[in-house]
Amino acid sequence: MTMDCSESLMLQATSRRALLLGGASFAAWAYLPKFARAADGRDPRFIVVILRGALDGLATVAPIGDPDYAGLHGAIALKADGPNAAVMLDPFFGLHPAMPEFARMYRAKQAAVVHAVATSYRDRSHFDGQDVLESGFPGPGRVQSGWLNRALEALPKGERVTSALAVGPTTPLVLRGAAPTVGWAPTALPQAADDTAMRLLDLYQHRDPTLASALTQGLQLEKQAQGDEMKPKPGAGGVAAMRLVARGAAKLMAADDGPRIGALAFDGWDTHANEGGPVGRLAQLLGGLDGALAEFQSGLGARWRDTVIVVATEFGRTARINGTDGTDHGTGTIALLAGGAVNGGRMITDWPGLKPANLYQARDLAPTTDLRAVIKGVLHDEFGLGERVLAETVFPDSAPVRAMKGLVV
Amino acid sequence: MARDSQAALVALNRFGFGARGGAAGDFINAASDPRGFVLAELVRPNGALLEVPGLLSTPELGKQVFDYQFEIQQARNAAKAAQSGASETPQGPDAKPQQRRNLSLSSAAKEIDPAMQTQAVDHANAAMTPPPTMQPVAGPPKPPAQPLNIIQKTFRAEALARLQRGVVADCGFVERLVVFWSNHLCISANKGALARMWAGSFEREAIRPHVLGRFGDMLKAVEQHPAMLFFLDNQQSLGPESRAGINRNRGLNENLAREIMELHTLGVGGGYTQDDVTSLARVITGWTFAGRQGQLGTPGSFVFNANAHQPGPQQVLGKTYTQAGVAQGEAVLSDIARHPSTVKFIATKFARHFVADDPPPALVAKLQDTFSKTDGDLRALATALVGSNEAWQAPLTKMRSPYEFLVASGRLLARNPEDPARYLNGLNVLGQPLWSPAGPNGFPDTAAAWAAPEGLKLRLDISAQLASQLADRFDPRDLLELVAADAASPETRRTIERAESRQQALALLLMSPEFQRR
Repeated sequence: MTMDCSESLMLQATSRRALLLGGASFAAWAYLPKFARAADGRDPRFIVVILRGALDGLATVAPIGDPDYAGLHGAIALKADGPNAAVMLDPFFGLHPAMPEFARMYRAKQAAVVHAVATSYRDRSHFDGQDVLESGFPGPGRVQSGWLNRALEALPKGERVTSALAVGPTTPLVLRGAAPTVGWAPTALPQAADDTAMRLLDLYQHRDPTLASALTQGLQLEKQAQGDEMKPKPGAGGVAAMRLVARGAAKLMAADDGPRIGALAFDGWDTHANEGGPVGRLAQLLGGLDGALAEFQSGLGARWRDTVIVVATEFGRTARINGTDGTDHGTGTIALLAGGAVNGGRMITDWPGLKPANLYQARDLAPTTDLRAVIKGVLHDEFGLGERVLAETVFPDSAPVRAMKGLVV
Repeated sequence: MARDSQAALVALNRFGFGARGGAAGDFINAASDPRGFVLAELVRPNGALLEVPGLLSTPELGKQVFDYQFEIQQARNAAKAAQSGASETPQGPDAKPQQRRNLSLSSAAKEIDPAMQTQAVDHANAAMTPPPTMQPVAGPPKPPAQPLNIIQKTFRAEALARLQRGVVADCGFVERLVVFWSNHLCISANKGALARMWAGSFEREAIRPHVLGRFGDMLKAVEQHPAMLFFLDNQQSLGPESRAGINRNRGLNENLAREIMELHTLGVGGGYTQDDVTSLARVITGWTFAGRQGQLGTPGSFVFNANAHQPGPQQVLGKTYTQAGVAQGEAVLSDIARHPSTVKFIATKFARHFVADDPPPALVAKLQDTFSKTDGDLRALATALVGSNEAWQAPLTKMRSPYEFLVASGRLLARNPEDPARYLNGLNVLGQPLWSPAGPNGFPDTAAAWAAPEGLKLRLDISAQLASQLADRFDPRDLLELVAADAASPETRRTIERAESRQQALALLLMSPEFQRR
C-alpha cells in the first residue's frame, strides 16, 4: 500500500494502480515504542491541522499525469508548465504553486503526501464528515471525545506527557475528552468570516432583500473602516491569521515543558464556486496553510526534528468542476505530512485513476487509503501506541485498518 | 392533532422570545395550539411579577444609594480637608457610573456562554467545558478589576433577574409585554445614580404589576414612581404660588407633564395644547420622593409635598379639577388614561410593536375597541391581539430588537445567564443599552431601526462569536428544527445544511430570517 512513486516514473496511469499494489510490502512489522526513547534524545511533537470545508485534494496535489485530470478539472486544473506552473513532486503529481514551503520540505524529505485518502465516512455532510474525522469513530454520532484525546489518554503518564494544546476559541472535537488539555487563541478580536457573510448574503438575496441590502452596506462599511484587508482574522481562514495561529502554537509547543500534542482547525475550504486554479481563492488558502507549516518549522526550532504534522480534511470534492468553476462535496482527497520526523519526499498512494468508471459514484476520486491507517502509523511510530489500543480505543472498531508503517523516520 | 408550523413560528417569534433549546419542545407545543401556547402565560396568577430573593424595594435601594453618596461626600470632604488644593476631584455622587468603553463582541458572546470564562486549572471532562488558557508570551498582568459599587451591583442584579426570566419563560409573551410597556413608559438609567439604581425596581414595581392589569393603574404607578419623578425632573418642580415656590423663588418644570401627554398617553397631535401641559405640570407639583433625611416620609419613597403643590383648581383638556393635593393629579391621569387619543395612540403602538410598522387598520380598530370597552384592561388588550386573525396572518416583517435577539439566542442555546455583563455589553454594542434609551421616547420600534447596515453586521459578528464558542455542542440541523421546523424556508435549510462547519451553520442559523424576523 505504501510506495515511493519515484519508482514508477515512466508508467502510464492505467497501469500505475497495479504496479503500486504489486510493489507494496506486507512484511510484518513490530510496534516499537519510541516515545520514551530518552537514549536517543527523542522528544516527539505531534500536531493535527484540520481543514474544515473539505479540501479539493485534486487541486492541491494534482495528478497531472492522469490523462483524465485536465478534462475533469477544466479551467481550474493545474499544469506542469506555463505561468504559475505546479511544482512537480514526481512526474505524475504536481503540487499547487501556492505551497513553496511544503515543496521545500518535500525536497528535504521532511514532507509527504497521502493521496486518494478518506475517512470511513461516505456521505456528503460537512458536519457528519467532521464528526467522523475528529471523533475517530467509524460513523457520525454525537460523540463528545476525539481520537487525539483518547490517544493522549493511552500514553504512558510520564513527565514528558503534558496537557495537549487546543488552538482556537474552543477545543476541536479531535482533542476533546477526558485527557487534560490547555487552550490558546490569538487575542485579536475574531470576526465573522467573509465566507459566512457571503453565504448569509446569498440567503438574504433569496429570502429577504431588505436584509440583503442592509448587510451589503454593513459589510462595505466595515471594509472601508478596516482598510487593511490582511488584518489578522482568526477563525476567518485569512492567510495572515493562519500564520499567526501557527506561530503562537509553535512557540508554546517548542518549550521544554510545553505541550507535545496540539490540534487546530482552519476554516474556509468549501469551494463550491470560483475555486480558482493556480491563483484565486483556494490558492490564497493554500498559501496560508503553507505559511502556517513554515511557522511551525521555524517556531519549533530544534524540536522540528521530532515533529510530525498531519493535515487532514473531512472529505474531498467532486473530480469534475461544476457550473460555477468550483467543486462540490466529494470523497477521496489528500492528507499532508510535514515535519522533521516524517519519512518524507514521497507520494504515498494507491492511485485509483480518474477514468469515469474508476470514480466513486461516478463523481469523486475513489478513496483507496483509510486516513485512520495513516494516523495510526504516525501515532505508533511517534508515541509507541500499540495496535490494540489504536484499534479499540483511539479508533474504535478499526482493527481491519492496519497502521501504515514507515511514516516516521 | 393538527400542526401549524407557520403559526408556531408566529407564536414563538412575534409574541414570544423564540424557542428554547434542549428538550423544551416549544415548537411542537406552539404548533399544536399556537394561540393557546401564547395565551397560557396571560392566565398565570401574578405572571408578570418578578420577585427574586435579593432584589429590594425602591425605598430600600434609595436608602442604600443615599448612604453610598453620603459616604463619598464624607470621604471627599475629608480628602479636601487633608490636602486642600488637591487637583483631582473625586467622582461626584450624582455622576454617571463609569460606562464601559471597551465593549467587546467576544465578551457579548461569552456571556451567553458563561462557561467560556477562563478556567484556572486543568480538568478532566473537557467535553462541555473549555480548556484552561495559556499564553505563548507572558503578557503584562491585568490590573485587578475594581470592585463594583452598590449601584453597579444593583443594576447587574436587576438585569440578571430580567434576563433569566426571559430565557426560561415558556413562551415569553408576558416578558415581551413587560419590555413593551417598560419601553413605552421608560426612564433612562443614564440619567444618574438614582436612575441606574432604580431602573430595575421601577420596572418591577410600576410596570410589572399592571402589565396584565389596567393601563390607568400603570400610568399612575409610573408617574408616581421615584425613578420617573427623578428621570423627568418633577422633584424639582415647584408650584409658583406654593409655599416652597414663593420661599425659594422657583417654579414649574414641565418635563414630566409634557412627556405624560406627548409620549405616555395622548401622543403628539393628541389634542392637547401648551396650556394643558402647563396646567398638568401645576397639577403634579409636589409629586416627589423623600430624600435621605426622610423629612417627608421613608427615604426613597413617593411622597406628596403639599408645600410644593400649586394651590387651587386647574383646567386640563377643557375640564376643571378642583381636588386638593395629590388627588387632583390622580384625577387628571385617570381621565387622560381613557381619553380617545390615548386609546388610539396605545392601540396603534401596541399593534406596531407586535405586528407591523404599518399595522393593519382593522387590527388597530379592534384593539381600540377592546381598550375602550374594558377601560384599559391590558390583559384584555393582549388577549385581543392574540385573538385577532390579523396578528397571525401578517407576514413576519419586524426585526427582533437586540434584546430580543440576545435573549432568543440564550434560549435556543440553553444558556441561562449567570453574569449579565456580557449581555449588557452586547446590548450596548447593538445600540440598545438596557433601560437606557437616548430619550424619553424609548428605543425605536420599527424594522428599519434594527435592520440597519452596521447593526446587522454587528449581529453577524456576535453570532459568529457565539457559534465559535458553542457550535460543537449542537447539530445546527437539529436547532433549525427547534427554531422553525418545516416553517423554515428551503433556502435557509439548504444554507445551514451546506455550511462548511457547525460553527458557520450556527452563525447562519442565528442570522437567518427565521431567527431575525418576527
